[in-house]
Amino acid sequence: MASLVGSRVERKEDTRFLQGKGRYTADINIANQTYAVFVRSPHARAKIKSVDTSKALKSSGVVSVLTGKEIAEDKIGGLIAGWAIRSEDGSEMKVPGNPPLAKDVANFVGEPIAVVFAETLDEAKEGAEKVKVDYKVLKAVVDPADAMKSEAIHDGVDKNLCYDWLLGDRKAVDEAFSKADKIIKVDLINNRLVPNAMEPRACVVDYNTASEEITLYTTSQNPHLSRLVMSAFGNVAPENKLRVVAPDVGGGFGSKINVYNEEIVCSWASKKIERPIKWVAERTESFLTDTHGRDHITHAELAVTKDGKFLGFKNETIANLGAYARVFATVTPTYLFGPCATGVYVIPAAYSNVKAVYTNTAPVDAYRGAGRPEATYTIERLVEKAALELGMDKTEIRMKNFPTQFPFKQTLVHTVDSGDYVAGLEKAKQMADYAGFEARRKKSEANGKLRGIGVSSYFEACGIAPSAAVMSLGCGVGLWESAEVRFNPTGQISVFTGAHSHGQSHDTTFAQIAADELGVPMENIDVVHGDTDKGTFGMGTYGSRSLTVGGIAIVNACKKIIAKGKRVAAKMLEVNEDEIEFKDGEFVALKSNKKKTIGEVAFACYLPGQRDEMKSPIPEGDEPGLIESSFYDPPNFSFPAGSHICEVEIDPDTGNVKVEKYTAVDDFGRIVNPNIVEGQVHGGLAQGIGQALHENTQYDETGQLMTASYMDYTMPRADNFPDFNLGFTCTHATSNPLGVKGCGEAGAIASPPTVMNAVIDALGGQEISMPATAEKVWRACKAMKKSKAKAA
Amino acid sequence: MKTFNYHSPKDVKEATKLASSSSAFLAGGMTTIPSMKLGLATYKDVIDIKNIKKLSGIKVSGKTVMIGATTKHAEVAASKDVSKAIPALAKLAGNIGDAQVRNRGTIGGSISNNDPSACYPSACMALNAVIHTDKRKIEAEKFFTGMFETALKSGEIVEAVEFQIPEKADYQKHPNPASRYAIIGVFVAKHKKDVNVAVTGAKSCVYIDKDLSKKLSSNFSSSAIDGTEVKSSGMNSDMHASAEYRANLVSLYTKKAVEAC
Repeated sequence: MASLVGSRVERKEDTRFLQGKGRYTADINIANQTYAVFVRSPHARAKIKSVDTSKALKSSGVVSVLTGKEIAEDKIGGLIAGWAIRSEDGSEMKVPGNPPLAKDVANFVGEPIAVVFAETLDEAKEGAEKVKVDYKVLKAVVDPADAMKSEAIHDGVDKNLCYDWLLGDRKAVDEAFSKADKIIKVDLINNRLVPNAMEPRACVVDYNTASEEITLYTTSQNPHLSRLVMSAFGNVAPENKLRVVAPDVGGGFGSKINVYNEEIVCSWASKKIERPIKWVAERTESFLTDTHGRDHITHAELAVTKDGKFLGFKNETIANLGAYARVFATVTPTYLFGPCATGVYVIPAAYSNVKAVYTNTAPVDAYRGAGRPEATYTIERLVEKAALELGMDKTEIRMKNFPTQFPFKQTLVHTVDSGDYVAGLEKAKQMADYAGFEARRKKSEANGKLRGIGVSSYFEACGIAPSAAVMSLGCGVGLWESAEVRFNPTGQISVFTGAHSHGQSHDTTFAQIAADELGVPMENIDVVHGDTDKGTFGMGTYGSRSLTVGGIAIVNACKKIIAKGKRVAAKMLEVNEDEIEFKDGEFVALKSNKKKTIGEVAFACYLPGQRDEMKSPIPEGDEPGLIESSFYDPPNFSFPAGSHICEVEIDPDTGNVKVEKYTAVDDFGRIVNPNIVEGQVHGGLAQGIGQALHENTQYDETGQLMTASYMDYTMPRADNFPDFNLGFTCTHATSNPLGVKGCGEAGAIASPPTVMNAVIDALGGQEISMPATAEKVWRACKAMKKSKAKAA
Repeated sequence: MKTFNYHSPKDVKEATKLASSSSAFLAGGMTTIPSMKLGLATYKDVIDIKNIKKLSGIKVSGKTVMIGATTKHAEVAASKDVSKAIPALAKLAGNIGDAQVRNRGTIGGSISNNDPSACYPSACMALNAVIHTDKRKIEAEKFFTGMFETALKSGEIVEAVEFQIPEKADYQKHPNPASRYAIIGVFVAKHKKDVNVAVTGAKSCVYIDKDLSKKLSSNFSSSAIDGTEVKSSGMNSDMHASAEYRANLVSLYTKKAVEAC
């Protein structure tokens, strides 16, 4: 039987998604439901003097109005930071309380203060307008660069500093720098991004007054984790009385990892008002309150010898957490960022120092790549600048510092199991016709345009593991994944996974994997996810972990099925177990060549007997049924890597930047479904190129979000991109039996520096910050013209 | 959205009768509906004029192109008559917003709203358009009076826009990367006697750049405006583009338009 893993199987999901048959949270309606509308702070920082709900309560159709006072009285817990980070001086990070409804103080525009439930959405909106909140507006802290010098916005958080974290050895770095021929320096801003999932956040809550069970339908990347947090920290309901369902979810990119205020409030309130509740965010609410991404200010230095060897690296970063520390907010700029900032290079000494600060802006958390895009941008801007200052070819300097032996012990934390960085860059050069660039540049020049080429080589650490290691570094949960493989008596199979698909196509890829393991047609397999009442448990999907962690759990559960199947088949075929071979869905007795299909074995497991004879196919010590589960905790992270090359053409008259060519060569280990992986790369590139050229989140000095709609926030569109030129190299991961590596975030990690290196190359090395918008580039072109004229 | 009374009159007379200080005429609803949804505008009565047959359609006579107020952008873009008479006008209509907007939005709605970055007002100005209302005829120059302001009186309905057919014309815009409205748009029209350079997006209201128009009137070539400085004073400055950048674009796109004529 041909292997399904590796083939371009069409997506099982396509039928329902392309025909509009997806079932999203907003599609779910419960009889007698009320509609929730939240009253949100219009101020970035204000004392809440009083909340008057009396007029709202009298408004037509209003069922109930609840505020921070009631939620505090009911001892409902707030939102949490899931990873404890320790400062360089040994002190623990400072995390302020983040109640689901702000009671005393509001800390960003959009923070919920109260909620109105009414019979219709319009009535709820009308009621919300009648809630009178008396604010005392305070001076907002908006710019992260000033946060440590500003008034503390949270009690007990001195200098607005969450932590001052260090990874690495400052002394060793100083020594390395003292031996350098040249120090390359960059000052970078990693621009804040709004995730903009196509589906806004939503929740529908159904409280059963008889069983006292709350069912929460919600837009989550990790329903089990949501249940755990809401139960353990939120005090909303015990886990056995809380069912969380994340049905079809239209994109997450990290913004749907968190349990948000609205889900906690609606779940709690549904029990309180004994009515089902529906809440669907409007796009403005998404802009204001979905966790944002990135937002770093970085100064970094690279110590080099004159022939281009790297000696040392230092990274001083201020990370903006926004108003509160959310689930992965504290680890994103530390362990997900710091170690990767030395990139794919052998650098004998390095450190990353990160100061995380609070400001009166929307909370910042993991967003596609989470820390690794910021890391890659830092090192790859440095390396490109080093090539320029040393007069070296930008690919040569990279080749010179690549490790060639694997496993590769990276400077700060990771031991990278496998890779071939040289092969990746060679392939990218060839696919991009790197050698022919000069001719293309001249051609552009003849047309009055500026052409630039940019390179970046990256690795990233995803599929975070193992649990004992991450928990030792402060993670609040283990990062394993579970799976259950359930044969039904008539031979179809349900594969339950704790991972969650919100665009990743698990229905297809996980079915491919299980079909190969079990030797059955893919059509016989249904992948079930997204419901805490179905399947064992799960940590969810983020950090490119689904395949490398969740996929392996499926493989292991399948292996247990085969192991039991062998025992049963041996008994049925009246041979010893070691005489049975499993191949292509059949258990074969090697000597007699008698066979039982896996379907026959499953049937026998559920109907273990026969007419007129006392005879069971179940061996002694085994039980009927054919269901196996696995909890997989990988021994290491997964380390995808690659090299990307971009060419841009700039019109100096307008500053318009056109991405002319984009070549991405990635090593994702063994690829399960090339179509899906290519789709993941395309999506990641779109987000990364969006960051480099288009997307920018801007607050004014009072903390109002100025880019709170698509009128002002530039979402990239298809016509902003060229056809992507994708290639792959393959070194199998040694940390898992499939040899796979994560692929979901790589595009967004590698592309911002690739594009910016190309833009800066076109500008003759003149540095500009992301996003490289037309006016910024136009100004740089003008400056270039001026300096050229001067030189002449 | 707050509840309102919806009316669908069959003729202009009925429509104007329904109008009051708390009513709005609705054509494509490209601005009216979002404003109502966001709570920025509330009306007691919404008077939908889309079913008034007389208000829609395109007529080309010898010297002018007459476009009914509720004619959609997509219809103007696809009209062979418009493409033949004033290709620049068809091109302008074909690049407004996106396909959805072009199939709902109307010319009458666009000019009555007079968004400072809308495309159509520049065509009206450059093509010496006359705006026909139910009460009078208004020259474009007098119609666009300020940011989101026009000479229309309360309850007055635009019935059609009559464009003068030029010898040559072209429209060039630099779209806002987010909204794709015009950061600036330049409509250049060469008439028998003179040239009009109408600019949208740059200031609070569409205007004719008299200096550029004059220079091109005496010599219709892009070299005629080489070195002409477009002043940035009075131009919009926002997070998408500074006044200085807009001024640069106005001179650049005027040249582009002349060259494309």
